[in-house]
Amino acid sequence: MHELSIAYNLVDIASQAAEQAHAQRVDVVYLRLGRLSGVEKDALLFGYDIAVKETILEGSRLEIEDVPVTVYCPACDAVSALEDIQLFCCPHCGTPTGDIRQGRELEIISLEIDNEQPAYS
Amino acid sequence: MNNPRILEIRRGVLEKNDLLAQQLRARFNGAGVYVANLVSSPGAGKTALLEVMLRRLREAGHHAAALVGDLATDNDAQRLARSGAPVHQIETGGNCHLEADMIAAHLAEWGIELKGLEYLFIENVGNLVCPASYDLGEHLRAVMLSVTEGEDKPLKYPTMFNSSDVTLITKIDIAEAVEFDRAAAYANVQAVRPGMTIFETSAKTGQGVTDWLDYLAERREMLHTPTPQVESS
Repeated sequence: MHELSIAYNLVDIASQAAEQAHAQRVDVVYLRLGRLSGVEKDALLFGYDIAVKETILEGSRLEIEDVPVTVYCPACDAVSALEDIQLFCCPHCGTPTGDIRQGRELEIISLEIDNEQPAYS
Repeated sequence: MNNPRILEIRRGVLEKNDLLAQQLRARFNGAGVYVANLVSSPGAGKTALLEVMLRRLREAGHHAAALVGDLATDNDAQRLARSGAPVHQIETGGNCHLEADMIAAHLAEWGIELKGLEYLFIENVGNLVCPASYDLGEHLRAVMLSVTEGEDKPLKYPTMFNSSDVTLITKIDIAEAVEFDRAAAYANVQAVRPGMTIFETSAKTGQGVTDWLDYLAERREMLHTPTPQVESS
Protein backbone atom coordinates (compact mmCIF):
# COMPACT_ATOMS: atom_id res chain seq x y z
CA MET A 1 0.00 0.00 0.00
CA HIS A 2 1.50 3.29 -1.12
CA GLU A 3 -1.51 5.49 -0.33
CA LEU A 4 -0.05 6.56 3.01
CA SER A 5 3.04 7.95 1.31
CA ILE A 6 0.79 9.60 -1.31
CA ALA A 7 -1.23 11.11 1.56
CA TYR A 8 1.95 12.57 3.08
CA ASN A 9 2.85 14.14 -0.29
CA LEU A 10 -0.64 15.57 -0.55
CA VAL A 11 -0.53 17.02 2.95
CA ASP A 12 2.90 18.57 2.31
CA ILE A 13 1.70 20.40 -0.79
CA ALA A 14 -1.62 21.48 0.71
CA SER A 15 -0.24 22.67 4.03
CA GLN A 16 2.51 24.64 2.31
CA ALA A 17 -0.08 26.38 0.13
CA ALA A 18 -2.35 27.02 3.11
CA GLU A 19 0.45 28.55 5.13
CA GLN A 20 1.52 30.76 2.25
CA ALA A 21 -2.07 32.04 2.07
CA HIS A 22 -1.99 32.72 5.84
CA ALA A 23 -4.83 30.29 6.41
CA GLN A 24 -5.93 29.89 9.95
CA ARG A 25 -7.73 26.68 9.30
CA VAL A 26 -8.33 24.34 6.36
CA ASP A 27 -11.84 22.92 6.11
CA VAL A 28 -11.76 20.94 2.87
CA VAL A 29 -9.15 19.67 0.43
CA TYR A 30 -10.47 19.00 -3.06
CA LEU A 31 -8.71 16.30 -5.04
CA ARG A 32 -9.26 14.84 -8.50
CA LEU A 33 -8.50 11.12 -8.64
CA GLY A 34 -8.39 9.28 -11.94
CA ARG A 35 -9.38 5.64 -12.13
CA LEU A 36 -6.01 4.90 -13.71
CA SER A 37 -3.97 6.82 -11.13
CA GLY A 38 -3.07 3.61 -9.34
CA VAL A 39 -4.41 5.03 -6.10
CA GLU A 40 -7.20 3.40 -4.12
CA LYS A 41 -9.73 5.94 -2.83
CA ASP A 42 -10.56 4.30 0.50
CA ALA A 43 -6.92 3.66 1.30
CA LEU A 44 -6.11 7.29 0.50
CA LEU A 45 -8.89 8.56 2.79
CA PHE A 46 -7.55 6.30 5.53
CA GLY A 47 -4.00 7.54 4.95
CA TYR A 48 -5.16 11.14 4.92
CA ASP A 49 -6.48 10.98 8.48
CA ILE A 50 -3.07 9.77 9.61
CA ALA A 51 -1.02 12.19 7.52
CA VAL A 52 -2.88 15.34 8.66
CA LYS A 53 -2.06 14.81 12.33
CA GLU A 54 -0.34 17.84 13.86
CA THR A 55 -0.52 19.83 10.63
CA ILE A 56 -2.70 22.78 9.65
CA LEU A 57 -4.88 20.25 7.84
CA GLU A 58 -5.83 18.40 11.01
CA GLY A 59 -9.61 18.25 11.20
CA SER A 60 -10.07 18.95 7.48
CA ARG A 61 -12.04 16.77 5.10
CA LEU A 62 -10.63 15.25 1.91
CA GLU A 63 -13.18 15.58 -0.87
CA ILE A 64 -12.36 13.27 -3.77
CA GLU A 65 -13.79 13.70 -7.24
CA ASP A 66 -13.58 10.44 -9.19
CA VAL A 67 -12.36 11.03 -12.71
CA PRO A 68 -13.48 8.41 -15.23
CA VAL A 69 -11.15 7.15 -17.93
CA THR A 70 -11.95 8.65 -21.30
CA VAL A 71 -10.53 7.40 -24.59
CA TYR A 72 -10.48 8.72 -28.12
CA CYS A 73 -12.00 6.49 -30.78
CA PRO A 74 -10.60 7.13 -34.26
CA ALA A 75 -13.56 5.39 -35.92
CA CYS A 76 -16.16 7.61 -34.21
CA ASP A 77 -13.81 10.60 -33.97
CA ALA A 78 -15.11 11.07 -30.44
CA VAL A 79 -13.93 10.96 -26.84
CA SER A 80 -16.01 8.75 -24.55
CA ALA A 81 -15.84 7.44 -21.00
CA LEU A 82 -14.87 3.79 -20.57
CA GLU A 83 -17.40 1.65 -18.81
CA ASP A 84 -14.72 -0.41 -17.13
CA ILE A 85 -10.95 -0.28 -17.15
CA GLN A 86 -10.67 -3.98 -17.98
CA LEU A 87 -11.72 -3.29 -21.54
CA PHE A 88 -10.16 -0.47 -23.52
CA CYS A 89 -12.52 -0.10 -26.42
CA CYS A 90 -14.96 2.51 -27.66
CA PRO A 91 -18.28 2.13 -25.77
CA HIS A 92 -20.15 3.05 -28.97
CA CYS A 93 -18.58 1.00 -31.74
CA GLY A 94 -16.28 -1.43 -29.89
CA THR A 95 -13.06 -0.37 -31.63
CA PRO A 96 -10.08 -1.12 -29.36
CA THR A 97 -8.31 2.07 -28.34
CA GLY A 98 -5.55 2.91 -25.92
CA ASP A 99 -5.63 6.62 -26.65
CA ILE A 100 -6.33 7.83 -23.12
CA ARG A 101 -7.47 11.39 -22.71
CA GLN A 102 -8.30 11.44 -19.02
CA GLY A 103 -8.13 9.19 -15.97
CA ARG A 104 -4.57 9.37 -14.66
CA GLU A 105 -5.21 12.46 -12.51
CA LEU A 106 -3.93 12.69 -8.97
CA GLU A 107 -4.27 16.39 -8.49
CA ILE A 108 -5.07 18.81 -5.68
CA ILE A 109 -7.54 21.30 -7.11
CA SER A 110 -8.22 23.66 -4.26
CA LEU A 111 -8.54 24.18 -0.54
CA GLU A 112 -11.37 25.68 1.43
CA ILE A 113 -9.61 27.80 4.00
CA ASP A 114 -10.48 30.21 6.75
CA ASN A 115 -8.27 33.23 6.66
CA GLU A 116 -6.89 35.20 9.46
CA GLN A 117 -6.01 38.74 8.55
CA PRO A 118 -2.23 38.80 8.99
CA ALA A 119 -1.37 41.14 11.88
CA TYR A 120 1.35 42.87 9.91
CA SER A 121 -0.68 43.82 6.87
CA MET B 1 -12.33 37.42 11.95
CA ASN B 2 -13.33 34.54 9.72
CA ASN B 3 -12.88 34.89 6.03
CA PRO B 4 -13.66 31.58 4.38
CA ARG B 5 -12.58 31.23 0.80
CA ILE B 6 -11.43 28.83 -1.87
CA LEU B 7 -7.72 28.68 -2.54
CA GLU B 8 -6.94 27.37 -6.03
CA ILE B 9 -3.94 25.04 -6.18
CA ARG B 10 -4.03 22.67 -9.17
CA ARG B 11 -0.89 20.73 -8.41
CA GLY B 12 -0.09 17.10 -9.00
CA VAL B 13 0.39 15.17 -5.77
CA LEU B 14 3.37 13.37 -7.33
CA GLU B 15 4.85 16.47 -8.95
CA LYS B 16 8.15 16.12 -7.07
CA ASN B 17 8.60 12.57 -8.29
CA ASP B 18 7.56 13.46 -11.83
CA LEU B 19 9.96 16.39 -12.02
CA LEU B 20 12.83 14.30 -10.71
CA ALA B 21 11.96 11.54 -13.19
CA GLN B 22 12.11 14.03 -16.05
CA GLN B 23 15.53 15.18 -14.88
CA LEU B 24 16.71 11.57 -14.68
CA ARG B 25 15.40 10.86 -18.19
CA ALA B 26 17.26 13.89 -19.52
CA ARG B 27 20.41 12.60 -17.83
CA PHE B 28 19.94 9.12 -19.31
CA ASN B 29 19.34 10.61 -22.76
CA GLY B 30 22.46 12.73 -22.43
CA ALA B 31 24.54 9.68 -21.54
CA GLY B 32 22.93 7.58 -24.27
CA VAL B 33 21.81 4.88 -21.85
CA TYR B 34 18.49 3.18 -22.46
CA VAL B 35 16.59 2.53 -19.25
CA ALA B 36 13.94 -0.14 -18.71
CA ASN B 37 11.83 -0.50 -15.58
CA LEU B 38 10.88 -4.15 -14.95
CA VAL B 39 7.73 -4.74 -12.92
CA SER B 40 5.84 -7.87 -11.92
CA SER B 41 4.25 -9.64 -9.01
CA PRO B 42 6.66 -11.40 -6.61
CA GLY B 43 7.95 -14.63 -8.08
CA ALA B 44 7.18 -13.93 -11.74
CA GLY B 45 10.84 -14.39 -12.59
CA LYS B 46 12.20 -10.86 -12.93
CA THR B 47 15.60 -11.71 -11.50
CA ALA B 48 16.00 -14.98 -13.44
CA LEU B 49 15.18 -13.34 -16.78
CA LEU B 50 17.30 -10.30 -16.01
CA GLU B 51 20.27 -12.52 -15.20
CA VAL B 52 20.00 -14.16 -18.62
CA MET B 53 19.56 -10.78 -20.33
CA LEU B 54 22.63 -9.32 -18.62
CA ARG B 55 24.71 -12.38 -19.50
CA ARG B 56 23.62 -12.35 -23.15
CA LEU B 57 24.32 -8.65 -23.51
CA ARG B 58 27.73 -9.03 -21.94
CA GLU B 59 28.62 -11.96 -24.20
CA ALA B 60 27.65 -9.86 -27.21
CA GLY B 61 30.01 -7.12 -26.05
CA HIS B 62 27.35 -4.72 -24.80
CA HIS B 63 27.50 -2.67 -21.63
CA ALA B 64 24.53 -3.18 -19.36
CA ALA B 65 23.98 -2.66 -15.66
CA ALA B 66 21.17 -3.21 -13.19
CA LEU B 67 19.65 -1.47 -10.20
CA VAL B 68 17.70 -3.94 -8.11
CA GLY B 69 14.95 -2.95 -5.72
CA ASP B 70 13.93 -5.27 -2.93
CA LEU B 71 12.11 -4.91 0.35
CA ALA B 72 15.01 -6.59 2.16
CA THR B 73 18.11 -8.73 1.48
CA ASP B 74 20.58 -8.39 -1.36
CA ASN B 75 20.07 -11.97 -2.61
CA ASP B 76 18.85 -10.79 -6.00
CA ALA B 77 21.80 -8.46 -6.49
CA GLN B 78 24.18 -11.31 -5.64
CA ARG B 79 22.45 -13.56 -8.17
CA LEU B 80 22.59 -10.89 -10.86
CA ALA B 81 26.25 -10.15 -10.17
CA ARG B 82 27.02 -13.67 -11.42
CA SER B 83 26.32 -12.35 -14.92
CA GLY B 84 29.42 -10.17 -14.59
CA ALA B 85 27.45 -6.96 -15.10
CA PRO B 86 27.65 -4.08 -12.63
CA VAL B 87 24.76 -4.46 -10.19
CA HIS B 88 23.62 -2.27 -7.34
CA GLN B 89 21.03 -3.07 -4.69
CA ILE B 90 18.31 -0.74 -3.46
CA GLU B 91 16.92 -2.04 -0.20
CA THR B 92 13.66 -0.19 0.22
CA GLY B 93 13.26 -1.08 3.89
CA GLY B 94 9.63 -2.07 3.53
CA ASN B 95 8.66 0.45 0.86
CA CYS B 96 6.54 -1.39 -1.69
CA HIS B 97 7.86 0.40 -4.79
CA LEU B 98 10.75 2.47 -6.10
CA GLU B 99 10.54 6.24 -6.47
CA ALA B 100 12.60 8.58 -8.63
CA ASP B 101 14.50 10.01 -5.64
CA MET B 102 15.70 6.52 -4.70
CA ILE B 103 17.03 6.04 -8.23
CA ALA B 104 18.86 9.37 -8.10
CA ALA B 105 20.29 8.70 -4.65
CA HIS B 106 21.43 5.19 -5.49
CA LEU B 107 23.01 6.21 -8.78
CA ALA B 108 25.07 8.71 -6.76
CA GLU B 109 25.95 6.17 -4.06
CA TRP B 110 26.85 3.57 -6.69
CA GLY B 111 28.99 6.05 -8.58
CA ILE B 112 28.46 4.28 -11.89
CA GLU B 113 29.53 6.13 -15.02
CA LEU B 114 26.40 6.34 -17.16
CA LYS B 115 28.33 7.43 -20.18
CA GLY B 116 29.48 4.34 -22.04
CA LEU B 117 26.63 2.29 -20.62
CA GLU B 118 24.11 1.11 -23.21
CA TYR B 119 21.38 -0.30 -20.99
CA LEU B 120 20.32 0.20 -17.41
CA PHE B 121 17.69 -2.15 -16.06
CA ILE B 122 15.75 -1.21 -12.97
CA GLU B 123 14.21 -4.22 -11.28
CA ASN B 124 11.29 -2.81 -9.31
CA VAL B 125 9.91 -4.29 -6.10
CA GLY B 126 7.66 -7.29 -6.80
CA ASN B 127 4.23 -5.64 -6.72
CA LEU B 128 1.62 -5.08 -9.43
CA VAL B 129 -0.06 -2.11 -7.76
CA CYS B 130 2.14 0.58 -6.25
CA PRO B 131 4.97 0.86 -8.83
CA ALA B 132 2.40 1.88 -11.48
CA SER B 133 2.14 5.43 -10.09
CA TYR B 134 5.86 6.23 -10.09
CA ASP B 135 7.81 7.38 -13.12
CA LEU B 136 11.47 6.50 -12.55
CA GLY B 137 12.74 8.30 -15.63
CA GLU B 138 12.72 5.07 -17.61
CA HIS B 139 12.27 4.88 -21.37
CA LEU B 140 10.28 1.69 -21.27
CA ARG B 141 8.25 -0.16 -18.69
CA ALA B 142 8.03 -3.92 -19.11
CA VAL B 143 5.54 -5.92 -17.07
CA MET B 144 6.19 -9.62 -16.58
CA LEU B 145 3.52 -12.25 -16.37
CA SER B 146 4.53 -15.81 -15.59
CA VAL B 147 2.55 -18.71 -17.03
CA THR B 148 1.90 -19.99 -13.50
CA GLU B 149 0.09 -16.84 -12.41
CA GLY B 150 -3.18 -17.14 -14.25
CA GLU B 151 -4.18 -15.53 -17.51
CA ASP B 152 -6.45 -12.99 -15.84
CA LYS B 153 -3.66 -11.02 -14.13
CA PRO B 154 -4.01 -8.14 -16.66
CA LEU B 155 -7.70 -7.82 -15.76
CA LYS B 156 -6.92 -7.85 -12.05
CA TYR B 157 -4.18 -5.21 -12.39
CA PRO B 158 -5.29 -3.12 -15.37
CA THR B 159 -3.49 0.03 -14.20
CA MET B 160 -0.10 -1.68 -14.15
CA PHE B 161 -0.59 -3.38 -17.49
CA ASN B 162 -1.97 -0.20 -19.01
CA SER B 163 0.95 1.89 -17.78
CA SER B 164 3.47 -0.58 -19.22
CA ASP B 165 4.81 -0.64 -22.77
CA VAL B 166 5.63 -4.31 -23.19
CA THR B 167 4.43 -7.57 -21.65
CA LEU B 168 6.99 -10.31 -21.09
CA ILE B 169 5.41 -13.69 -20.55
CA THR B 170 7.91 -15.65 -18.44
CA LYS B 171 8.53 -19.35 -17.73
CA ILE B 172 7.06 -20.24 -21.12
CA ASP B 173 8.99 -23.54 -20.97
CA ILE B 174 6.46 -24.89 -18.48
CA ALA B 175 3.38 -23.45 -20.20
CA GLU B 176 2.06 -26.83 -21.23
CA ALA B 177 2.54 -28.42 -17.81
CA VAL B 178 0.54 -25.67 -16.10
CA GLU B 179 -2.07 -25.57 -18.91
CA PHE B 180 -1.35 -21.95 -19.70
CA ASP B 181 -4.12 -20.56 -21.91
CA ARG B 182 -2.11 -18.46 -24.34
CA ALA B 183 -5.11 -17.10 -26.25
CA ALA B 184 -6.79 -15.90 -23.05
CA ALA B 185 -3.59 -14.26 -21.80
CA TYR B 186 -3.09 -12.41 -25.07
CA ALA B 187 -6.74 -11.33 -25.20
CA ASN B 188 -6.57 -10.01 -21.63
CA VAL B 189 -3.39 -8.04 -22.28
CA GLN B 190 -4.90 -6.53 -25.41
CA ALA B 191 -8.14 -5.71 -23.54
CA VAL B 192 -6.34 -3.46 -21.05
CA ARG B 193 -3.70 -2.13 -23.45
CA PRO B 194 -4.69 -2.44 -27.11
CA GLY B 195 -1.72 -2.96 -29.41
CA MET B 196 0.72 -3.91 -26.66
CA THR B 197 3.81 -5.85 -27.74
CA ILE B 198 4.13 -9.27 -26.10
CA PHE B 199 7.21 -11.51 -25.87
CA GLU B 200 7.20 -15.11 -24.67
CA THR B 201 10.36 -15.83 -22.74
CA SER B 202 12.08 -18.50 -20.74
CA ALA B 203 15.06 -17.81 -18.50
CA LYS B 204 15.70 -21.56 -18.44
CA THR B 205 15.82 -22.33 -22.17
CA GLY B 206 16.57 -18.80 -23.35
CA GLN B 207 13.51 -18.83 -25.62
CA GLY B 208 12.42 -15.37 -26.73
CA VAL B 209 15.32 -13.57 -25.06
CA THR B 210 16.99 -12.71 -28.37
CA ASP B 211 13.79 -11.21 -29.79
CA TRP B 212 13.27 -9.17 -26.64
CA LEU B 213 16.86 -7.90 -26.62
CA ASP B 214 16.64 -7.07 -30.34
CA TYR B 215 13.53 -5.05 -29.60
CA LEU B 216 15.40 -3.15 -26.86
CA ALA B 217 18.30 -2.49 -29.25
CA GLU B 218 15.88 -1.00 -31.79
CA ARG B 219 14.30 1.17 -29.15
CA ARG B 220 17.72 2.28 -27.99
CA GLU B 221 18.65 3.27 -31.54
CA MET B 222 15.60 5.53 -31.56
CA LEU B 223 17.09 7.45 -28.62
CA HIS B 224 19.80 8.69 -30.94
CA THR B 225 17.51 9.51 -33.83
CA PRO B 226 15.90 12.87 -33.25
CA THR B 227 12.18 12.55 -33.85
CA PRO B 228 9.87 15.49 -34.45
CA GLN B 229 7.85 16.40 -31.39
CA VAL B 230 4.33 15.07 -31.71
CA GLU B 231 1.72 17.34 -30.22
CA SER B 232 -0.62 15.42 -27.97
CA SER B 233 -3.99 17.01 -27.80
